[in-house]
Order: sequence, then structure tokens, then C-alpha cells
Amino acid sequence: MAGVRQRVLGLMHRRAELRAWALLAPGTFWLLLFFLVPILIMFVYSLMPRGVYGGVEPGFTLEHYRRFFNPLYLQILNRTFVWSIAATLICLLMGYPVAYLIAQSGKWKNLLMFLVVLPFWTSFLVRTFAMIFLLRDTGFINTLLLQAGLIRQPIEMLYTPFAVMTGLVYGFLPFMVLPIYASLEKLDVSLLEAAEVLGARPAARFFRVTLPLSLPGVVAGCLLVFIPSLGSFLTSDLLGGAKQVMIGNLIQNQFSAARNWPFGSAASFIVMALVLAAVVVYLRVRDRSMAGPGLR
Amino acid sequence: MKLPRWLLGFSFLVYLFLHLPLIVLVVFSFNKSKYGVSWVGFTWDWYRRLAEREDILNGLRASMIVGVVATITSAVFGTLIALAVARHRFRGRTALEAFLYVPLVTPEIVVGISLLILFVLLGFPLGITTITIAHIAFCISFVVVVVLARLQGMDEHLEEAAMTLGADEITTFWKITVPLLWPGIISGSLLAFTMSFDDFVITSFVSGTGSSTLPIVVYGMVRKNIEPSINAISTIILVATSVLIYLADRLGRDRPLKA
Repeated sequence: MAGVRQRVLGLMHRRAELRAWALLAPGTFWLLLFFLVPILIMFVYSLMPRGVYGGVEPGFTLEHYRRFFNPLYLQILNRTFVWSIAATLICLLMGYPVAYLIAQSGKWKNLLMFLVVLPFWTSFLVRTFAMIFLLRDTGFINTLLLQAGLIRQPIEMLYTPFAVMTGLVYGFLPFMVLPIYASLEKLDVSLLEAAEVLGARPAARFFRVTLPLSLPGVVAGCLLVFIPSLGSFLTSDLLGGAKQVMIGNLIQNQFSAARNWPFGSAASFIVMALVLAAVVVYLRVRDRSMAGPGLR
Repeated sequence: MKLPRWLLGFSFLVYLFLHLPLIVLVVFSFNKSKYGVSWVGFTWDWYRRLAEREDILNGLRASMIVGVVATITSAVFGTLIALAVARHRFRGRTALEAFLYVPLVTPEIVVGISLLILFVLLGFPLGITTITIAHIAFCISFVVVVVLARLQGMDEHLEEAAMTLGADEITTFWKITVPLLWPGIISGSLLAFTMSFDDFVITSFVSGTGSSTLPIVVYGMVRKNIEPSINAISTIILVATSVLIYLADRLGRDRPLKA
């Protein structure tokens, strides 16, 4: 045993870089083989003709990307985009005030933060079911309204755009609150005091000091809501039904009922590209705000 | 600072929006009525009924097996990567670090279908093995992020001190680095387990027809019927994940020892 130990130590000393790669090897190998390679194969699939029973035939074609210009698919792409942006904006409008409150709440800070994070860590499937339970015709809200005599017929809420939007906002709101809170927390109070001494009213202090300084958090939050909304599948699947299809459902359908793997791959690749583009935009904005004049 | 009234009121409504759906869900898992959503009386029936369902018990078993194997494997792989990134200089480190974050932002559906394509291409039969492989892949990055955060808050001088006092690298690693890193590893592992235990989208693509984890079974229930058993199983999942996350948070927050 001692001999082995000596040899291992000797090897470690000889090449520091070798040691780093020994640590990296298993995990990196796994991620290359079961994350990167599959995505590359998916991209190749998206450029090949469709096979009869799923899968692909040898050859090269841009047909599957071209197919996206079909109004039917453009509409799905458009809907996904518009809904994701709408969900992001609603989350911003709901999340910013809450993040602001938490940042100002002193000793209640930890509890209030915990209450935001708690539902976010519970199973997404369970949370989506909770929404169904509230919104369906025989659900909690309709039963309550019927019993109170406020309505005669249940209001149709489930399987509407309203349900999907509620589901998206409900699912991703904490993603908005967390980064905005983090940037408001770091805010230097003396800047606000300076503004007050110089005669700025509360509204001016907020719009000209607090808001600009919290922008990095706002951008991060918007990205963290926008990205999962773009790729969302469960929300529109369970709350939207057959009519409110988003691109995630389109992809899933190509791999089950429609059996058009290359078209599904092309759709996936488009989503992936949009997500990476959003990340690049975020990194640009973040770097610029960090390099800007030192208001920190 | 004095906060305006409307801000307090508005925030209260947002908190209500976040919590009311789950509270309603839990309350009605104890309701005697099968169809209506009006309160009839208290019962444990829906929980008792769960224990009789073969598919739920099998799903739970599959979820536990996948979760434990995926957690242990990704915890080891992720911790090693975090150590390399935090403690070593090597070519391509920045690129690797960026690559490690990509799985965190990749939509689950993309991960799911690309793995499905890979497994079918390789002729690998879909089942509990492919589910586990997929879960390890998406858990690694979470572990890396958590352990890396812990490593960056750790005092490197403690390791140097041990070596100055004559400990070799292997001894230093087991006697100093691992004990200090332990809360980070545990916290990352609990996170990974929760992710694995909760995952529906990726699993649904790589599970094939034979084996299904608990979320797959629950999804089937949600699609098909509306009886309060779903509320009961949801409540159990809710409580289990909350406890795990609470533990992960507590252990992860522990301040490292200072020299």
C-alpha cells in the first residue's frame, strides 16, 4: 500500500495539470457524452430527411428549418415568444415591489425570503396540479363563486391562455424576486441619503437612484423567467390543453404522435439557440453595467 | 425607512398568490368528498388509498433508486470538478467553467429529446438505467455550483498549514479539505436528489414504457382522473421536498471554520 501511495504522490507532483485533469475527467466525460454529444447529434438530425418510423434517413436537407415559415408553426413560435415576454413582464411587475419590500424589511428579511423560495423548491408538477385544482370548472375558485351565488355557470379558466399565463407566472416568479432582491440588498444607502439631502423627492430618489442601480438584478431576473418560459412544456401541456400549444409541446409531439424526429430536432435547436442568445445578451449587459462608472 | 401602505398590501397579495394554491391543495387532501371541492369532513382515506396502489409504490421505489444512485454519482463527479476549478490552473479553465453552466439554462425538453436520440441511436434499451444516466448528467452542474461556492468561501491557508506541518496531499485532502467541504457536498447532494426526485420532463423521454418514476405516475393521474388521491400524493411530495431543501439550506449556510 505504501508503495502505491508513494507512486500516486510522485505522479501528482510531476504534473500539476495532469492532476487537475484527473479530477475533471469523470464528470466532464459524463457531461460531454450525455449532454454535449446528444445535442450535437440532435443538430445533425435536424439536417437529415425524415425516416418512416421515427428516426432519420441518410442525406442532407434544410426542409425542417424551412417548415417553420409555415403560418401554423410561425404562430406557435410567435405565441411562445409573446407569452414568454408577457410572463416575464408580469413577473417583473409583481416581483420588483416584493423584492423591494424584502430588502427594506430588516429583521423579517430571512422569513420573507424563505416564503418566496419555499413554493419555488416544491415539485413543478405538484404546483401545476395546484393550479388545475384552483382553475378547473369544478375547481376551488368556481365552486366558491357558485356557492356565493356570484355566478350561475362555472367560468371557463382551465385550458385558456389565462391559465397558461397564470401557470408561467406562478412557476417562475421567485426567479425574478431573487436577483432583484440581491441587487437591492447591495445598494449603498448613503447614495439615497445624498439624494435626499440634495432635495430629491421619494419618487425621484426611486427612479433616479434605486431603480438604475438595481437594473443588473432586473436583467438577471428577466432572463431567469424568460428562459424557462421559452422551453416550458408542462405548463402549457396541463393548463393549456390542445389549443394553447407552445414550442415545447410541438417538440414533444414530434417525438411521440407525429414521429417527425428531424423536425422536432430543428425546433429544439431553435429553442436552444434562442436561449443561448438570451444568455449572451445578459452577459453583455452585465459586463457593461460592471464596467460603467463606479456607482457601487 | 417607512414603507408605503400600497406596497405592503400589494406584497401581501403576491405572497397569497404564491402560497394559497398549495395550501388549498393540502387542505383538500383531507376532505371526505370525492368529487366536489366543498368541505365535507376530515379523513385520512386518500392517504390510505395511496398505500394500496401498486403503481405509486413502484414509482416511489424507482424514484428512490434513481435518486440515490444519481445523487451519489453526481456528488462525486461534481465535487471533483469543483475542486479542479477552484484549486488548479489548467488550460481551457474559463471555457470549461462556462460549459458547466450551460446545462443549467438548457430547457429540459431539449435535454430530454437529445438523450432519447442518443439512446435510440446506440440501441440502448430505455429503462431505469437510461433514467439514471440522464439524471446524473443534469445533476452534476448543480453540485458543481454549490460546492464551488463553498470552496470559494474556504480558507486555503488551512490546507497550506497542514502541508507545512508535514501532512502529504492525500492526508491533507481527507483530514482538512473534505471535512471543511462536507456541508457544501451534503447541500449539493440534497439539491441533486430533489432535482432527480422531481424531474418529469427529461424522465418522460428516456423512461420507455416499462419503468416509471413517481412523477411519471403522478402525471398520469393528473391527466386521467380528479380524485383527491392526487392531492394526497402531492402533499407527501411537497412535504418531502420542503424538508430536503430546508436541510440543504441549513447545512449549506454553515460558515466554514476560520484559522
